[in-house]
Amino acid sequence: MLELRDLAFGYGTRQVGGGVSLILRPGEVLALLGPNGAGKTTLFKTMLGLLAPLGGEVFLDTAPLETLDRKERARCIAYVPQAHAALFPFTVRDVVLMGRAAQVAPFSAPGRTDREVASAALERLGMAHLSDRPYTEISGGERQMTLIARALAQQPKVLVMDEPAASLDYGNQMRVLGHVRRLASEGMAVVLSTHNPDHVFMVADRVAMLHEGRLAGLGAPADVLTVERVKQLYNIEVVMGVLPGGSSKVCSPRLGPGD
Amino acid sequence: MNSAQDPDRGNRKLVVFGILGVTVLAMASMAIGKYSVPPSAILRVLFAGLTGGQPDVDPIQQTVIWNVRLPRVIAGLLIGAALAAAGATYQGLFRNPLVSPDILGVSAGASLGAVLAIFLKMPVPVIQLMSFFGGLLAVAAVYGVGAAVRGRDPVLTLVLAGVAIGAIVGAGISLVKILADPYDQLPAITYWLLGSLTAVTRADVGSILPAMVIGLLPLVALRWRMNVMTLGDEEAQTLGVDTRLMRLALIFGATLITAASVSIAGIVGWVGLVIPHVARLLVGPDFRRLLPAALLLGGGYMLVVDTLARSVALAEIPLGILTAVVGAPFFLWLLASGKRGWS
Repeated sequence: MLELRDLAFGYGTRQVGGGVSLILRPGEVLALLGPNGAGKTTLFKTMLGLLAPLGGEVFLDTAPLETLDRKERARCIAYVPQAHAALFPFTVRDVVLMGRAAQVAPFSAPGRTDREVASAALERLGMAHLSDRPYTEISGGERQMTLIARALAQQPKVLVMDEPAASLDYGNQMRVLGHVRRLASEGMAVVLSTHNPDHVFMVADRVAMLHEGRLAGLGAPADVLTVERVKQLYNIEVVMGVLPGGSSKVCSPRLGPGD
Repeated sequence: MNSAQDPDRGNRKLVVFGILGVTVLAMASMAIGKYSVPPSAILRVLFAGLTGGQPDVDPIQQTVIWNVRLPRVIAGLLIGAALAAAGATYQGLFRNPLVSPDILGVSAGASLGAVLAIFLKMPVPVIQLMSFFGGLLAVAAVYGVGAAVRGRDPVLTLVLAGVAIGAIVGAGISLVKILADPYDQLPAITYWLLGSLTAVTRADVGSILPAMVIGLLPLVALRWRMNVMTLGDEEAQTLGVDTRLMRLALIFGATLITAASVSIAGIVGWVGLVIPHVARLLVGPDFRRLLPAALLLGGGYMLVVDTLARSVALAEIPLGILTAVVGAPFFLWLLASGKRGWS
């Protein structure tokens, strides 16, 4: 599906990271965990073709990313940015319709099929009732869902989500993660970045840990996301375990007297 | 909810009403003035002019309508529409509601061209030509700098390059003003910098028409993609849009119509900033509706302002003064009332 081969990434001549190899499979949620500055965003931009690789290659199915034009990429791989404030009050439906840009001929506007795809995307996420609301007036959680709907309107095979749960309240975090899990179970390949080990345990099939631009571990969360690893990544002491009645492992910090 | 409804359909009603309104304004503008002409005479003159016949009206009325007011009305419509459309485009493209058509230095460049031509005692057509190319040149320089700088946010780079090049051009304008003859050239320069349609002829209208049409083409053709551009460069790219090409085409179009307007009317401020806001307030941010609304509102607004400019006082008031006096308080009201088309 999406494959990184010995990928080196960075801006211009400044290399941020390298040696990253991994394969993303359909129906899988891969979490990218790493501290600020570890290179998560740069890696994402390289995966999306916004930055040229400084070494190695990105493959979409079997085609190297740079052989595909922007439209072909957009039909295959969709980016979900962090819920942001928009400047102009486009309706939720209009924002989702923008996901059809790669399908619409340059000089025309979305047609009936595009509007139906957009409506279906909103429907799928239970957002249809907000279709006519201005994007600027809905909550942060609803904006995040709108952006996911926009990505679904691209009808991609891969979703790249930049900290989808950040900046949301607790309830919305869980709802967004729930939707991510459901999309994967329907066959979507998802790669998302996060800071929260709990979220990794909750949604990810595999976790890739990024430390100073290099992979510090890759595998099932239960196997590789350990107390020692969290200590290495974030320099903080934690304990992990499943709470009585809980469904997935949680991670809890142990703040010493000096912290 | 009618989710599969075609938004272009609601557009038609808007455009029809807008054209009706603008036509009424145009008739009123031709009737009003120091020499007032009844509407029936206007219609007869227009009909005769279009069919090549001789109208059954006072020859003075015919001259006033056909040679003076009609060109002026058409020029006002074109210029108001162009400035508003360019403003709406730039505000979306630069994702900033405080942007006006001169963001990339088109007005500054056009001013320097015109001011230089006045200083060198050139005839009017040369003043217009130098103004037109001065505007294009300034934007080309800004765009060139923006394209040469890699690895930074291209939109921000363009805006900052516009500020810097605008300052250089502004220094040039000041220099010419200092050197200009204070009794003869300086008033002409000052008057030009405030904008006016006083001397507009039919030939002027004809000379800017091609630039207007060519400039509007990319804006009309890309009206839906323009919406995607408001998301910002990277997001638009991930949606499959070639943002560099889009930006080039849209800047080219908006610059061309602004330079054409400025070349015959001088600097008419505030229209390109305020009218897009009013249009957005009325029809929303979707450029498919915003563009026609801005064109019609801008044209109509300019007609009203120009009619006021030539009828409220004995001497003609420069357009730039009126548009600022009307536009700035209105803008403040928009800000204070919270009725904004942006957040």
